Amino acid sequence: MNNALWRRAWLRATLTLSPPLAWFLVVYLASLVVMLVTAFWTLNDFTNQLVQSWNLQNFRDLFSEPYPHIIGRTVGLAALVTVTDIVIALPFAYYMARVATPRTRNLLFAAVLLPLWASYLARVYAWIVILQKGGTLDWSFSKLGLGAPDIGYSNTALWIVFSYIWLPYMIIPVFGAMERIPNSLLEASADLGARGARTTWRVILPLVLPGIAAGSIFTFSLTLGDFITPVLVGGARSKFIGNVIYDNIGLAGNLPFAAALAVVPIVIMIVYLSGARLLGAFREL
Amino acid sequence: MDHAQGEPQPPPAAIRLTGLRKRFGDTVALDGVDLAIRAGEFFTMLGPSGSGKTTMLRVIAGFEQPDAGTVELHGEDVTQRPPYLRDVNTVFQDYALFPHMDVQDNVEYGLRIRKVDRSRRRERAAAALELVGLAGLGSRKPSELSGGQRQRVALARAIVNEPSVLLLDEPLGALDLKLRQGMQVELKRIQRDVGITFVYVTHDQEEALTMSDRVAVFNRGQIEQVGSPVEIYDRPTTEFVAGFVGVSNLVSHGGQTYAIRPERVQLLDPTGVAPTSAVLSRGTVTDTVFLGVLTRYTVALDDGGSLVAVRPNLERGSLSESDLRGQAVIAAWQLDQATDIEMSADLAGEHVEESA
Repeated sequence: MNNALWRRAWLRATLTLSPPLAWFLVVYLASLVVMLVTAFWTLNDFTNQLVQSWNLQNFRDLFSEPYPHIIGRTVGLAALVTVTDIVIALPFAYYMARVATPRTRNLLFAAVLLPLWASYLARVYAWIVILQKGGTLDWSFSKLGLGAPDIGYSNTALWIVFSYIWLPYMIIPVFGAMERIPNSLLEASADLGARGARTTWRVILPLVLPGIAAGSIFTFSLTLGDFITPVLVGGARSKFIGNVIYDNIGLAGNLPFAAALAVVPIVIMIVYLSGARLLGAFREL
Repeated sequence: MDHAQGEPQPPPAAIRLTGLRKRFGDTVALDGVDLAIRAGEFFTMLGPSGSGKTTMLRVIAGFEQPDAGTVELHGEDVTQRPPYLRDVNTVFQDYALFPHMDVQDNVEYGLRIRKVDRSRRRERAAAALELVGLAGLGSRKPSELSGGQRQRVALARAIVNEPSVLLLDEPLGALDLKLRQGMQVELKRIQRDVGITFVYVTHDQEEALTMSDRVAVFNRGQIEQVGSPVEIYDRPTTEFVAGFVGVSNLVSHGGQTYAIRPERVQLLDPTGVAPTSAVLSRGTVTDTVFLGVLTRYTVALDDGGSLVAVRPNLERGSLSESDLRGQAVIAAWQLDQATDIEMSADLAGEHVEESA
């Protein structure tokens, strides 16, 4: 029996892969297909019953206010958070991977991972305490005589909190890419006359690009799909795509429109990944 | 920047190293090294791993700061200068080619930094690739090249900048024997063509003897001997050099220790007439090893100890005829073919054979 398996690689592959594949097909893809199909149905305005006939009304509705505004805010903030995390993660990961002693590196690694062990909600609530009107931030600023910034429940608050929450997902892959660069490449660059800035631009950045791409997929898609932080930190004027979907499922009970909205982040991610691929972000993977 | 003293100086060496010391934690990598390398020579730093030769190279390149001592390039003190302000280029042991750039961009990297204009850059890169025998491969990525080709790209990338000194850190270490021997000849040719001072680090004594104008033998962070390959081989001044460069018999004669090369030990028929000028010892052949060009004999001496002798296999089938195993012989060597050796105290006695 074992021998037969050993000789037939395809049989082994089939046996090992079938269960997870079946699970993937049924649970994952099937639900996605159901959602996509639902997006083309409508709700009877009077009876609130599902009308199972194909039409594009839900997608047309996406182009009427406030939805373009909400989609724009969601994508814009996701992009801003991604850029912010890249800017913070690069020097941090460089220090961790190439400067710090092994001991310091382990400490920093623990420090980066530690927040991930705490509850997401706890961390967001901590930021509410800091950012809310009269919170820690306002208090500190007014003590310094700078006047309270009062950025609680705003897009700025959302930007700060998202950038904080998803930062580890950027640092870890960038650190991994940074660590894999052989030291001799940096020495060779200096040997050929390059100062630090040029070595960073021409050698380090291109080689950590796959790490940045991997990290940005996390930060971008996690921000794109979030609907808890916008409620807790952003307030009523900072709705995300996720919040509108949630409202349509719960309050309005308009599943078809919720499904159509859910297609938006999927399309955006596809565009994003293709763009990253075109830029060569996955070439060195 | 330090200035040289006001008094007149001899023409500056390409590289002058003075009193260099470097330690990593408890390990002493360089223990007071003084060395002058002449302009235009192929200079090899030879030694076992951990002897300090690579650290030496990295100090010259500027990758390591010495704890004490100075590095001068053409009379200029560059000890405090970063690598990018030194007129030297390095060929790295792992080649260190930039994997995201093609061969052309790798070779042009240094020229681009020095703002050489585009057409001139193309020209010089093409010439450098031609020189190392890679003309036309500019658009390949390093991952698409063989080990030998990558090695050549690394060489071209360094040479194209026309540095005053080229540093090579065991550049042939990763290549197989045939390729390595081919590259040894080619490196020597390239060095002659471009006239740049080559400083070459290797642990391979054969490589050192083949290519170098002069060799410095490193041991435990110090230089044991500097000289031409012939001097190093024929007149080793220390026991370490005698043992590391080639094979030596160490023998005691008249209260002095001598190193004698195996090919300079003759094996004679004990019944025949022995030359009177030679040092003679009776013994028995305990082992013969056929090495292709040579056959190596180990002789257990009657007075204790042993000697190694080699003979060229001048004719086909000479092995069976000369398989002397178990035979009594006289080992003979000329005093003027041997070198007297400084014994390092901790090693003395180990391989020394008394012969009278």
